[in-house]
Amino acid sequence: MTYQRPNFRHPDAPTNPLGYTRRDYEGSISTLCAGCGHDSISAAIIEACFGLPLEPHRIAKLSGIGCSSKTPAYFLGRSHGFNSVHGRMPSVATGASLANNELVYIGVSGDGDSASIGMGQFAHVVRRNLNMTYIVENNGCYGLTKGQDSATADRGSKSKKGASNPYEAIDLASLAIQLGATFVARSFSGDRHQLVPLIQAALSHKGFALLDVMSPCVTFNNHTGSTKSYVHVRDHIDPAPVDFVPIRDEIKASYEAGTTFEVRMHDGSVVRLHKDSGQEYDIEDPQAALRAIAEHEQAGRTLTGLLYIDKDAPDLHKVLGTSPRPLNSMQEKDLCPGSKMLDSINAGLR
Amino acid sequence: MRAKQAVNDFVVKFANVNGTGSASANSLFAKSIFRMGIPVSPRNIFPSNIQGLPTWYEVRVSHKGYLGRRGGVDLMVCVNPQSMERDVKDVEPGGYFLYDSTKPIDPRLVRDDINYLGLPLTEICLREYTDARQRLLFKNMIYVGALSALLEIEFQVLKDLISDQFKGKEKLVSPNIHALELGHHYAMKHFECPLGIRVKRGGDIAPHMSGVDHILMDGNTATGLGAVYGGATVMAWYPITPSTSVAEAFERYCTRMRIDPGTGQKNYAVVQAEDELSAIGMVIGAAWNGARSFTATSGPGLSLMGEFLGLAYFAEIPTVLVDVQRAGPSTGMPTRTQQSDILAAAYASHGDTKHVLLFPATPAECFSLTVNAFDLAERLQTPVIMLTDLELGMNDCMSPPLEFDDAYRFDRGKVLDGEALDKLQSRFGRYLDVDGDGITYRTLPGAHPTKGAFTTRGTSRDDYAIYTEDGDAYVRNMDRLLLKFETAKRYVPAPKIKPAAQPTRIGTLFFGTTASPAYEALEILEEEGYAIDALRLRAFPFTREVEQFIDEHDTIFVIEQNRDGQMRRLLLNESNCATREKLVSVVNYDGLPITARHIAGHIRSRLGGANVTDIAQKRSSSGRTMA
Ligand SMILES: Cc1ncc(C[n+]2csc(CCOP(=O)(O)OP(=O)(O)O)c2C)c(N)n1
Ligand code: SF4
Ligand SMILES: [Mg+2]
Repeated sequence: MTYQRPNFRHPDAPTNPLGYTRRDYEGSISTLCAGCGHDSISAAIIEACFGLPLEPHRIAKLSGIGCSSKTPAYFLGRSHGFNSVHGRMPSVATGASLANNELVYIGVSGDGDSASIGMGQFAHVVRRNLNMTYIVENNGCYGLTKGQDSATADRGSKSKKGASNPYEAIDLASLAIQLGATFVARSFSGDRHQLVPLIQAALSHKGFALLDVMSPCVTFNNHTGSTKSYVHVRDHIDPAPVDFVPIRDEIKASYEAGTTFEVRMHDGSVVRLHKDSGQEYDIEDPQAALRAIAEHEQAGRTLTGLLYIDKDAPDLHKVLGTSPRPLNSMQEKDLCPGSKMLDSINAGLR
Repeated sequence: MRAKQAVNDFVVKFANVNGTGSASANSLFAKSIFRMGIPVSPRNIFPSNIQGLPTWYEVRVSHKGYLGRRGGVDLMVCVNPQSMERDVKDVEPGGYFLYDSTKPIDPRLVRDDINYLGLPLTEICLREYTDARQRLLFKNMIYVGALSALLEIEFQVLKDLISDQFKGKEKLVSPNIHALELGHHYAMKHFECPLGIRVKRGGDIAPHMSGVDHILMDGNTATGLGAVYGGATVMAWYPITPSTSVAEAFERYCTRMRIDPGTGQKNYAVVQAEDELSAIGMVIGAAWNGARSFTATSGPGLSLMGEFLGLAYFAEIPTVLVDVQRAGPSTGMPTRTQQSDILAAAYASHGDTKHVLLFPATPAECFSLTVNAFDLAERLQTPVIMLTDLELGMNDCMSPPLEFDDAYRFDRGKVLDGEALDKLQSRFGRYLDVDGDGITYRTLPGAHPTKGAFTTRGTSRDDYAIYTEDGDAYVRNMDRLLLKFETAKRYVPAPKIKPAAQPTRIGTLFFGTTASPAYEALEILEEEGYAIDALRLRAFPFTREVEQFIDEHDTIFVIEQNRDGQMRRLLLNESNCATREKLVSVVNYDGLPITARHIAGHIRSRLGGANVTDIAQKRSSSGRTMA
């Protein structure tokens, strides 16, 4: 069941510069387990879109299948959503984006949806640099089918029944960098201060933005021995703080010289990173990013934050040279070459 | 020895090695006959290989306008020693065997009931050319030149075709013409020209073939062009024979006709996807977002697309798919033709699904039905699968010219735009059957700030697109989808019916590339006195006309190119009038196109003498002569 919220609006609810309240970015009531990390990510998406701000109806939400993929029903109720088939959201998002380059595309997937059944499509949407924000709600298991290990489960992580996972984990963030992703970030559903600005930065990026978000499954993978439990994740992350400064805000906060560096996005907004917490490397250098991720991992830690960015790479529309006018708005006069042209084609076939 | 005598009515077959450039010479040969106004149907019989294996090209010349494969060979042009033994056997008694006589022929290959024409191709090439590549390529032109003398093909026509072909590369014109002349001179000097079989402009051509301004075109090119005219803007595909050239043609025409000359910006997007799952996913995503989109594939790709087709059916997304069929199952015979994806396409995906199917029979119809497919998909908000096959898709076919009406407007179906949503008084229900025809209204992402948004899903939902597991809501929705499929019968193209010269209770039913040989078989049988009605099916679901035809006949031969009689099964499943007793299967599934001989043979043996009227009597009573 999906529960609809009562249509009630608080008269003094704060509005964003577009005149929308936070309520305008909410969806129907979640039916996920209480405490599921995925719900915190939905809340962060709402916050990010409200804050940027984006017009809710100019966003399209796409997902595959899984508990995570259900969540688009729980945020942005004024946006169209497409809950597609297991592991194939990237292709649907690609088609949607080709049809209309003017909308903002948010994809939500799970670790099963992306790293197992959807690995092929994940790899290819990355290398095409589709202009979208792609969030993997990573809980190390298949929540919806009751907790089987996924391909992102760490080697040695224990299942609820105590079995140790014998297989190497796939790290989607490193993989994405290797495949040529142009924005790669990692975060934790419980770290809203980092997650919200990261989502905002991802939404401002013109190209493929991956957010690999650790998002514990309280029902099947939150026990002692699991490396994706709340406790374990909280104890083992090295979060690099991120600020996101939207275009309209001049930069107010002042920082000690040399402690931060800034990435100015194409839309004029700014992502500010803090040069502590071990993120001293050049985030525009993919090899440095991969090294940093690996070094933290070897130390038994997980680096979170914006890991890598290439803000100048052309997105798929640019590569294909498609018209700036959305293809779905084109009419007969734009698309049908007419009978005269056909006559000349016929003539050439005689 | 008896030598076959026939004007404008014979079969020439070329036996080549693939990868040796024979294809363009062979098609030059076919096109020259076409340019002389004589009905011709060339077809490639090729291996799934790039270089070195035997490949054949069969050209049927038929003044009656029979374009199906005839079977049998009257003149074999054997340029491939590898396949010589079997090529000799294929020649019909009284026929001709032209071979490279540089080396003497193996005496075991000499038959006493056919005529041998030794043309020292290799020797001529060695003498004329020093470059190895030239020796290989011009060999093909030399035998075409020889054939022009042997069959009386007008030499000027060949010269004109060469000039057309090398427009912009004029340097190549005279060497090619020289090679043709080498062959022509040799033949004139050494053979008795023309042979008993030959072509003749204006010679007894059937009126329906000489009246129309025919074109020579392959079905896949016509399909790709149809998608341009149908307004497709997004095309995603994964290479697979024999459908690849649909995608290539679409892209080629788009680069000619869909790029803004000022800005260089493209009014289309083509993506070569990582596989067919992704290809159909992109098509569905684009269609969901309001762009006309399509993909083209063949059997294995159709299998992979199953899950997504079920989604498009259930979530009601306009989806256009072209399946150029080849011989299955599995990889089967990837370069041979069949009509064996009928059931897989009709019921693609798990659960209760049914899809609209279209069956074009000519390039002109590949073009028009592709345009139609986009209208149907958007009108009905469901997948539309156009089924062609290798025979139609990859061979040059004589066809009436392509037609397009400039008054044509896309039928975008029931879409509520921002304005319509603004005016909407009641709550928008994506799956609410307002009009009672099973087709509901959809909205596109971004259309309106507050109204019309919903989540598209493959899970069960209520009239307002809200997820539900309520059994009644599910059943209501499934029943509405069935009602929509009923409604589809009003929109899909009706069959073409060709009644016999006199009333009969016997009929035939066929579709796609089975049509040409079936019509030919019916003419043969008519000559023998059989009266048989014909229905050429053009779409599934079956319309009223199909039901009526089945109802009005006692025996209907369902002619198709697969083992299991898949269309017969579909009819038994889906038509109210079809019965096992009525529908008799006539099938061919060896990977080569079905022939009129095969069809006529089956029908004749099944009917025995029944239904035959004395021809003389019939002629006088109907006052009509057989064409
Ligand atoms: C083709 C197909 N195979 C299997 C399933 C069953 N299935 C549904 S969700 C799921 C796993 C989801 O895992 P994940 O993507 O990690 O999402 P989570 O539930 O953990 O958020 C599976 C295997 C399916 N829906 N479709
Ligand atoms: S099963 Fe796990 S992933 Fe699914 S909703 Fe419950 S807590 Fe979340
Ligand atoms: Mg998971």
